[in-house]
Amino acid sequence: MKKIFSTNFCLAFKKQMAKNRAKAGDLWIIMAKPRASENTPPRELLEKLFRTAYAIRVFETEGIKLYRQGLIRGYFHPYLGQEGIATGVCAALRKGDFIASTHRGHGHCIAWGADIKRMVAELLQKETGYCRGYGGSMHIADITTGNLGANGIVGAGTPLGVGAALAAQVRGSDAVTVTFTTDGATNNGTFLESLNLAAIWNLNFILVIENNQYAVSTPIGESTRETDLFKRGAAIGVESHLVDGNDPLAVYNLTEESARKCRAGQGPILIEARTFRHMGHHVNDPGKYMPEDKLAYYKQRDPVDRARNNFVDLGHASAADVSTIERSVEKEFADAVEFSKGSREVSVDEFRAFAAVY
Amino acid sequence: MIDVTLVDAGRLAVQQEMRRDPRVWVLGEDVARGGLWGQYRGFLEEFGAERIVSTPISESTIMGAGLGAALVGTRPIIEMRIFDFVMCAMDELVNQIAKIRYMFGGQARPAVVVRMPHGMWRNSAAQHSQMLESWFVHLPGVIVVAPSCAADEAGLMVSAIRSDDPVLFFDPKDLWLAADRMPAGEIQPIPFGKARRLHEGGDLTIVTWSAIVPKVMEAVTLLAAQGVHADVLDLRTLWPWDEAAVLASVKKTKRLLVVHEAVEVGGFGGEIVARVIDQLGTAHVKVARRLGAPRLPIPFSPPLENQIRVTTEKIVAAAMKAARE
Repeated sequence: MKKIFSTNFCLAFKKQMAKNRAKAGDLWIIMAKPRASENTPPRELLEKLFRTAYAIRVFETEGIKLYRQGLIRGYFHPYLGQEGIATGVCAALRKGDFIASTHRGHGHCIAWGADIKRMVAELLQKETGYCRGYGGSMHIADITTGNLGANGIVGAGTPLGVGAALAAQVRGSDAVTVTFTTDGATNNGTFLESLNLAAIWNLNFILVIENNQYAVSTPIGESTRETDLFKRGAAIGVESHLVDGNDPLAVYNLTEESARKCRAGQGPILIEARTFRHMGHHVNDPGKYMPEDKLAYYKQRDPVDRARNNFVDLGHASAADVSTIERSVEKEFADAVEFSKGSREVSVDEFRAFAAVY
Repeated sequence: MIDVTLVDAGRLAVQQEMRRDPRVWVLGEDVARGGLWGQYRGFLEEFGAERIVSTPISESTIMGAGLGAALVGTRPIIEMRIFDFVMCAMDELVNQIAKIRYMFGGQARPAVVVRMPHGMWRNSAAQHSQMLESWFVHLPGVIVVAPSCAADEAGLMVSAIRSDDPVLFFDPKDLWLAADRMPAGEIQPIPFGKARRLHEGGDLTIVTWSAIVPKVMEAVTLLAAQGVHADVLDLRTLWPWDEAAVLASVKKTKRLLVVHEAVEVGGFGGEIVARVIDQLGTAHVKVARRLGAPRLPIPFSPPLENQIRVTTEKIVAAAMKAARE
């Protein structure tokens, strides 16, 4: 087998981490700078990364307002602070690929290119939503475009992704499947089972652990002795990487390379993207267990700001360019709310007829 | 007619459908080597390793991967080896497979067959003998199939594979190797929700399914010798189930006995009894009763297993009581 354990990037990261541990008493990890790319990334890519990250930010911020107004009911797990991961990963995939998401799935759907109107409509239980208002926040899916859905069960997207990847292999397609999973899910049996199956079958499968360092309120250090989660891949012969999840460009570069390796028959690949939530587990969790200084640290390394800065610094975008994108994204959300408010809800009779077929 | 076992019947059905539809494939433990029972013998040679996929012992991922593969347009048969192992894949079955079509607003219909040979067989002990089919009848979102003869095994398997919705297929382990006969030639699909009448009579209705059916038929012969003539319905599918056939029969006999191998308490027999009384009213039903196993783990010990097993004698006694009361 042709599996490599870690890249130079990983080693550099580790060195920096060790240095930081010595200095700061291991409170948290200083994120490594992205690899110096030989070529400046194309402006279109930087623009896309910024637009996507900002769209997720707006969706979650405005969505929480709708929730507070009582318009959105049920669970709502904001992706705030983690935008860099979905943004970078999805930008590196192409049409015909697949993703499987988590309970914190809005960002994945948006980065995958979902229609904001249909997403908002779904959260507002409207018939025009992706799932006709039957699924809600935790179950947005768009099967026709290869989004196998957000999922209310931690760890459940991993077997689904392996199945999609296996089906692609059976059909002789070079499609890549990415499952987004969580640090909490790495202690669920499906993590090892699925990654192992993907490995023995050499599937075009990338498992992205979004390590936000908390499983609801339990810090990762209480759940496992080895908090470098990417190391688990090595034990079963899977090429594994660690990346700064708050850096959309670094995530993009790593995913792009990983997808290319998969299509060349070198999959699967495990990626740990380290990040931090900007708030509690869901909208009604104040997240008091999250240390303030650590939160402040990650907020200083905000993924949306970084996407914006990259767009400006590397893409030579003007303030007006940035503003145009921001206004357009904000308008898209506002239009989506209006669209949804004008949509109807399915009736109880329709529900019974639809859901009770068998 | 051809001479077959139920294993042969299932194999012929899966083989026919895999020849017909290239989207159909199988995954599960040891399946590429023919399966534990030989139910996939010869498949590797005919269909290649890509359509008969052996897996590690990873039930959650087998089930979840089957669903993932179904969501992107293939039609997997998910082999659980024996029913009891599905408990390791319960999230994927209950929270995923049974929910996806509804939860995603009908965007995807998971066309999976989950194959789970169930029931007592050669003193297999508490973790290899269970019949918990009633759990799944209680679960919205799945079709529940439990055949008892070769022709039904084959015809229902064809329907299961062609179904766009998930089918839980309970092969009867205890009957799998029994000699049986089925029609030669192309296997025709048997529709879900149609009971099979095994015996006609006016004294009482016996409703039954799966591995206990041959014992019920032995009992029916003994009952006839004593002048009690039973109307016997093999439900074949538990969801949907043939309520109309059961009601029509009980309307005639006014006496109902449901016989199943599973534990009586909370078994599907209770639901049938309740529906019949609901629909016909107490004035038209003189007796409505169940016969199942006591609520005990299934023992390994042959004498103990025989104690809790529903036997021909127990069926005769229960039926006589129901008919004469």
